[in-house]
Formats: sequence, structure tokens, C-alpha cells
Amino acid sequence: MISGLDPQRLTAREAKRLLVDGETTAAELVSVYLDQIERVEDRVHAYVQLTAENATRYATEIDREMGATRGALAGLPTAIKDNMVTEGVVTTCASRILENYNPVYTASAVKQIFGDHVVMLGKANMDEFAMGSSCENSAFGPTRNPWDLATVPGGSSGGSAAAVAAGEALWALGSDTGGSIRQPAALCGVVGMKPTYGAVSRYGLVAFASSLDQIGPITRSVWDCALLLKHIIGHDPRDSTSVELPFEIELPTAERLDGLRVGIPAEYLAAGIESGVRESFDATAKLVEELGGRVVEVSLPHTDHALPAYYIIAPAECSANLARFDGVRYGYRSEHASDLLEMYEHTRGEGFGAEVKRRIMIGTYALSSGYYDAYYGQAQKVRTLVKRDFDEAFAQVDVVASPTSPSVAFGLGSRTADPLAMYRSDVCTIPVNLAGLPALSIPCGLSEGLPVGFQLIGPAFSENRLLSAAHALEQALGFVEVASFHERAA
Amino acid sequence: MISEDDVRHVARLSRLHLEPDEARRMTAELAKILEHVAKIAELDLAEVPPTAHVLDVVNVLRDDRPQPGLERDEALKNAPAVSDDAFRVPRMGS
Amino acid sequence: MSAWEPVIGLEMHVELDTQTKMFCGCAVTKGEPPNTHVCPVCLAHPGALPVVNQRAVEYATRIALALGCTVQPRSVFHRKNYFYPDLPKAYQISQFDEPLAIDGHFEYWVGDERLCCRINRVHMEEDAAKLVHAGGEAGRIAGSDHSLVDFNRGGTPLIEIVGEPDIPSPAAAGEFLKQLRQLVIELGVSACIMEEGQIRWDANVSVRPAGGDELGTRTELKNMNSFRFLQQALEAEIPRQIEILEAGGAVDQETLHFDPDSGATMPLRSKEEAHDYRYFPEPDLVPIVVDPRWVEEVRAGLPELPAARIERFAEQYGLSRQDAFVLGGGSGTLARFYEDVVAAGVDAKLTANWTMGEYLAHLNETGLEPGKGHVTAGRLAALVKLVQDGTVSATGAKQVFALMVDERGEPAAIVEAHGLAQVSDAAELEAAVRKVLADNPAQVEQFKAGKEQVAGFFVGQVMKATQGRANPKLVNELVRKLLAG
Repeated sequence: MISGLDPQRLTAREAKRLLVDGETTAAELVSVYLDQIERVEDRVHAYVQLTAENATRYATEIDREMGATRGALAGLPTAIKDNMVTEGVVTTCASRILENYNPVYTASAVKQIFGDHVVMLGKANMDEFAMGSSCENSAFGPTRNPWDLATVPGGSSGGSAAAVAAGEALWALGSDTGGSIRQPAALCGVVGMKPTYGAVSRYGLVAFASSLDQIGPITRSVWDCALLLKHIIGHDPRDSTSVELPFEIELPTAERLDGLRVGIPAEYLAAGIESGVRESFDATAKLVEELGGRVVEVSLPHTDHALPAYYIIAPAECSANLARFDGVRYGYRSEHASDLLEMYEHTRGEGFGAEVKRRIMIGTYALSSGYYDAYYGQAQKVRTLVKRDFDEAFAQVDVVASPTSPSVAFGLGSRTADPLAMYRSDVCTIPVNLAGLPALSIPCGLSEGLPVGFQLIGPAFSENRLLSAAHALEQALGFVEVASFHERAA
Repeated sequence: MISEDDVRHVARLSRLHLEPDEARRMTAELAKILEHVAKIAELDLAEVPPTAHVLDVVNVLRDDRPQPGLERDEALKNAPAVSDDAFRVPRMGS
Repeated sequence: MSAWEPVIGLEMHVELDTQTKMFCGCAVTKGEPPNTHVCPVCLAHPGALPVVNQRAVEYATRIALALGCTVQPRSVFHRKNYFYPDLPKAYQISQFDEPLAIDGHFEYWVGDERLCCRINRVHMEEDAAKLVHAGGEAGRIAGSDHSLVDFNRGGTPLIEIVGEPDIPSPAAAGEFLKQLRQLVIELGVSACIMEEGQIRWDANVSVRPAGGDELGTRTELKNMNSFRFLQQALEAEIPRQIEILEAGGAVDQETLHFDPDSGATMPLRSKEEAHDYRYFPEPDLVPIVVDPRWVEEVRAGLPELPAARIERFAEQYGLSRQDAFVLGGGSGTLARFYEDVVAAGVDAKLTANWTMGEYLAHLNETGLEPGKGHVTAGRLAALVKLVQDGTVSATGAKQVFALMVDERGEPAAIVEAHGLAQVSDAAELEAAVRKVLADNPAQVEQFKAGKEQVAGFFVGQVMKATQGRANPKLVNELVRKLLAG
């Protein structure tokens, strides 16, 4: 029995070592996190649903059955974003329309880590149907940033990121469509990665924008991120858009960046970056050079058009993806159901929140007769240009670096009145999804006491190089601060 | 740029019931968003091919062999209304 | 002739006989208890994704090639978006502007006339689930209280064949569909059972001044699965449109429903506004890029198609075009039977007459498929041979045929058992002829007076006296010989 396990500092790497060396047990590990949840969850609200009893029981079983031959992930306490279906455990996507939905199968990526015997602590809160950048669009109340409870954790994987930052989970799975892993990871001072599009199966990930969505890890360290990533990737015959990575994920060891060419896009720095964030970013860029990297300026000329293109493509796809929520086969059905039309309209009108409705409307409009070419058709072309921009940049550099988010965590309610202001939170992350590239965010410093994220973007299938570079940088940065559950005066 | 009538039409296409104040608010919000996204119209992209898929993959096909599906109770267990082992929906006419 | 001509375009939907559905591994079944062949994909559960059935692509390609279409090097799937309880995703995965195949044609016959209809496209999509309206009268939407959905059928592979508006009449529409259906059956991709809705069609119909080439406003008749109703519907709709136009009005573009009881077409109860399907490329599926070598393999594996077979029959067996069409057209089962008979070494033309005559009548009466029942190819061949070598007369052979149907014996045995052998013994026949001539002196005089056709009377009498067993050719010769002498 080991005392003093600090859930806000423990990494998966260390936890594994402790388990394998017999210095702790899976049951003890789980109880450390459950205790922390009990301490802080009512303030953070990272979870939609806790599965504490199951977790304890399963951890005990693991200890009993597996003994010293621990599997790669056995016993590690994990939070799963509530838009990945888990058979037998209600999955809501933080929406009223799925409030009581009991899945009939488990998402493939989740099934993989269940097969590796992770212990699921619960389903993490999120923006409804993954639409949002603050976790304020949850039908079950927002998650608060553990660094300052009056601020947002980011979104849409806000619950996952906050849980890790708060020590309410060792690590978590999130999903990223326009930055929904990276931006909350940045705002919560943890590591988050979106893999190359297709690397992780989307079967069982409730679709928001099918051509942009990817599942990815949110962790305390880059090494942890590599480990979790390694166990969720793989071609899945149930997902026609999934691919087998042509290499193994390597657990990173690099401590230097010699020879690494790092490009910083001028357009990203012009995108209204807060001065504190900029300072932290610049300091990190300097560190890159000290570690032997070479920093150059690159240009991604169509950056300005990426955001509007995204806000056509994603809503268009989501308008079709969310059409299945119609009260017929599962989920909420309104009581106003005297005929079919009324049933449809009221079920969806009552079941969906405002942001979801906005995006469905934009998407339907963009695809509707007479508007397709100007909106969706044109956006798909902008997408080609955004991808080409990256291809050209990667001919000159190995990775592209930028601040993950233009600002640190903003106040709860401060952007909810202006959808566009909210959308601009993702200006540095969105182009990556349009191009289908891998990218990650690591904490690189604090500004006004709140974490700043540093984003690295690589060409398709460059996960190992990204992880290696991020690891070296992380070691050199020595970012050791943890959230302390302040609540600043309004 | 978008009228309240447009909004009602789109809401009907999307099967979303909007309360009157919702419709009004939505009209204002959507107008702003559409104005922003219309920015892409300023580019001349006649020669640019659209990207429907970022992946360079084709021909993902499945063998025509039956796989186990769901038992009926599993299939019906989340249904809001069931009759005679079928999903029941309200009448279609009005 | 009317001052107006109808212009008809047909679209056919065919459910494929694959083992599994288009986009998931659920079995394609019929008549199973509701909702017992479903999965997260075909129930459109959150997070579920489609995967294309390879055999469906192959079957679709077979149809496309049989219709002379160009199989596109690259085709994609699109989402067709609308809300209906039988459509669980609220979109159908279909194909839009990049379909599997385009630009084919189908030749078909209306009586003696050979017509050609251009085929615009062949594409793949998925079928909707089964929707039943309950609580009202006879399963109609009107007055029903609620509806029930069974998703067993949902997701079944569906091939859409779209013809250009080249069909000139209701009768032609019926023949086009019948013969196209036969072709599809012959390709082995669908049993096309109409009662089970495995094949359905929509008709677009307009009228224009006879000989014109602009298209008028068309109306759409949807989802019929009876040839008879289609023809009736067209025969009701065409005059209705003509009447409107002659009165100076305009035809409304609308979807119509045919009521067989009243015999009239009427607008479909408007359940929702005109559809805006908002097609966009299906992001969950990647394009289909066909390998030309694979296409050629599929083409090589096609059965002989009716048009080619008809040509071959005319050529190989010296048949008239009409006969070649009757024997060689259609699904090929009759053609195969015919060829089996001829292969046994009998005269092709004689066999053709027997097949199209007695044998086809027999099939129509019994409802049997060619080659089934007691009249096997071998037995028919044996019978034709007996006729050919004069063992039985034509009349006698007909009797043998009838007995063969009932008794299932071999023709030779039947001839023996019933004493149906043709009498060709010259002495016996001569005696019979002499008797007839002796018995009918008045007619003999008539013949001698120049009425040559009286010879037929004598032949007839001899046939009667011999219970039809006399060899008519020989009798004819003997009658003339004896009368001359």
C-alpha cells in the first residue's frame, strides 16, 4: 500500500511501474481517483455519469485475476467522453435527446482499451454532440476549469480534459473535429492529441462531422499520450474510413530536437493571439532552438478562409448525422406527438440545445437547393487549398508550431452570447482537421495563472515524430504546475 | 441575408420546431454566421477540385457473408413506443 | 391518329438477391418476424457506420453491362436526405452525379416491332424499411391511427435503372418492363418476385404534339409493382393530360397515385413539401474505382443475353425473326429447352414448330417451367424424330403428345401401346383408298370433271377410315395415282 499518490501528478507510466512492481494495486489506484472525484467533482463537474461501483469491482477483479502479469493498460483509471457508445452504460452526448439512451454495442476504439483492461471511471461531460469550445453547451451543466472554476475548460472534450487536470482520471479519451481535444487540453494544462484522420476507428463515435472527427488521448504527459494512442489505433473493418498506420507507435525518449525544422505560420500569429499566450509561445519557440531545432517562418495563406469553410462543412455533415435523432427508434420522444410531423419537430426542438440547432440549420441551409455550390461546394474547394498549404509547408519544414488557442481559459458565460466569438477559439486548430493531419498540444507555461498550450502539427502519419518532438520539449519545459481549484472573483 | 421565412423553411426541412422568439433569435444569429462564412465566396476557385475525402483510399468492400446482429429485444429496448414487435410512430396524416 | 403522342420514361428498382444488406452484415430475408434481422448500422444507432457489400457491386455491374452501359471508372455514394419513419438515418445512401454506370440501351419487342430505349444510368442504393399503417381501413394512410416499422428489409441492396423518356405507349411500357425484368432474372441477380416488391417502378409521363421533340410537363406515377396497373394508370393519365392541354390549360408537375377501383389518377396526398434532398457526397464511404480487368471478368461471366441469342437462333437454326424471338428471347429457359431438343439430332424448324405450338400451349396450361414435367427435352426430341421419319403423322403425334403429358412414357412406347403408328404400308393404304373411291362415286365424277380440290375430300375420308393413322402424304399420292389411272 502506498501513500501519497497524487492523482493530479501521477502519470500512466508511473502508475504502471507501481502496479508491476507491486507497490500498489488496481483497486487502490481506482480508490485514489474516486476519492479525488468525491473531493472536487461537485465543483468541477467533469462527468455526466460515474461508474464508480463497476470500476471498483473491476479493479478488484483485475488484481485477483491478473496478478503480476499486468497487461499493457490493466488497472489504469480512464474517463471516456460521453460521445463514444459504451454498451450497457447510458451514453448521452451531453444531450437531452439521448438522456436515457442505452447503447447496444461499444465503440471500437473503446472496446480495444477495454480489452486491455483499463478501468472506466465514468463518461466525461462535453459540449452537446461535440459542438462547442467551452463545454457550456452540455444539457447537464457546464464543466469548470480546475485552474479557475469561474472559467471554462474548453470544448468540446472539456470534461475529459478537466478530469485529467483535476486528478479525477489518470487519462481520458476525447474526440476532435475542429480542435475539441487540443483546445481543452491547452486550457486545462494537459496533453491532448488528434491523430491522422483514419488512424482511429470512428465506429461507435457518435458522428458530428464525419470527414473531420477523430478520437484521441488526453493525458498528463506525452509518453502517456503515446501509450494510449498506441492502443486505440488500428484499421477497423466496420469503419470504411479507417486505415492501418504503416508503422508502430513508439514510446518517446528524445530529449533534443537536433535537426528538426519547425515552421511557424505567420497567419496563425496574426489571428488575435492574447499577449500572455504569445509570450509563452515565443519563449517555447526559443527553447526549440536551444534544443537544436531550427525555427523558420512559413505561410499557410488560406488560414483566414479555413474557419468559414469549417463552419459550412461541419454543420452540413452534422445536419445529416443528427437527422437520425427523430424519436422513432431510441432516445427522447416529445409528448407533443399527435402526428408524425409534430413528433419529429417537437422531439428535436425540445431534445436539442441552441448551438446544436444553430448548426443543424446552417448545415441544412448550406446544402439546400440553390445554395450548395456557393456554400458546401465552395467550402470543399477551400479545404483542398488548406491541405495544399500544409503540403507545401511540409516540403520546407518537419513540423508546424503554433499556439493551440488564441487565449487562455475564458470566463464562463463570456462568449455564449456571441456564437462567432466562440467559434474563433478554434482558429488555430480547425485547419488541421480540414487537412486530416495529426497534431498535439502540450502545456508550455502560464499566463495570468492559467495554462497556455503549444501546438505541433505534422504531415499525415507523422505521429512518432510529433510525439518525439513534443516529448523532448516537454522534458525541457519542465511544466510542473497543477490546477488548484481557485475561483477568481468575477 | 436570411429572412425569418427562410429560417422557418429551413427549420421545417430539418424537422425542428422553433418557438416564435427562438425563430427570431435564430434569424439574427444565423444571419451573422452566414455573413461570416460567406467570406469564402470572395475566392475564385473555379479551377480547384473539391475535397470530399482527405484519405487517399478507395474500394473498401465487405464480403457478402452474414454477421450476427441484434436480438429483437436488444433492437427494441430503447424504443419510445413498440407494438407487435415493431417500432410504433404516430399517424402520418393530419 | 391522335394529334398528341405520349412520352413515357420508366425507372425500375430491383432488390438484389445477395446474402447480406448493402451496408451491413445482416441477412437479407423474407417473411421473417419483425425486427429480427437488424443491427446498429441498419437501425441507424448513434456511431454506426456503413460498409459496402462487394457482391452488390458485382451484381450492379452485371446489370450495367447487360444493358450496354459504360461502367464509370470512379463512382461515389451520396446522401439523399429526407425524413420518413422507414428511413432510419433520415438519409438514404444512394448515388447522385457519379453513378456506377451510364449510357446504355435496352432493345425490346412490342409484337413484331423492335424498339430501343436508352438507359440513362444504373446505380446502387439501399432499400427502406417496411412501414405499415395501422388502426385505419385496409392499411391506408388515410384514417390510420399509427404506423409500425419493421427494419428487416431496411438496407437491402437496391439497384435503380433509369430509362430515358423513349417509351412511346402504355403497351410499350408494359413490354419494356416485362422484358427488362426477364433480363434481370436471367442475370441471376434477383428473382424479381413482384408480389414481394422485389421489383418496383415509377413512370414519368407527359404528352406532346405528335411528331414533336420537346418534352411536355410530366407527372410521376410512383411505386407500382403490377404491369396491369401500370398500363391502366398510363391509359388513364394520358387522356387526362391531353384533355387539359386541349382546353388550353397546363399540366401540373406532380406525383400521382392510381386508384384501380375508380380507374383514375389523382395527386398523392401531400405528406410533406416537395423534397429538397440536399445531396452531398457520403463522407463515411470511399469511392469505388473499378479495375477494367475485373469489369471484363464480369462481362465474360454474363449469360448469353436475349438480343444476342435471338440473332444467333435466326442464323443458326434458320428461323424467322419472329420465331427466333419467341424461342430465344425472354429468360432463356425456353431457349435452352429448345436447343436441348435440337441437340438430340432433330430438325430445327420442325422442332421450332412443335416447341412454339404444342409445347408452349402445354406450358401455358400447366404453368410449368420449360424442361419441367413429363415432357422432357429428350422425349420431345424422340417425338419429333418419329414425325420426321414418318412413324407417326402430324395428327397422330399430337395424340402422342397429349398421352405423354398424362402417362409420362416414352413416345415410342406410347405409339406402340396405343397403336398410333402411322400406316405407311402401300398395300394397306391402297386398299383403303380404293374403298373410299368406290364408296364415293359422285365425288369421283366431280374430280374427273375437273374439280381437283376434291382430292382433299378423299384424303380426309381415308384419314377418317384409318382413325387418322394413315400417312397423309402417301394417301395423297395414292389418291391422285388411282384417280389418274
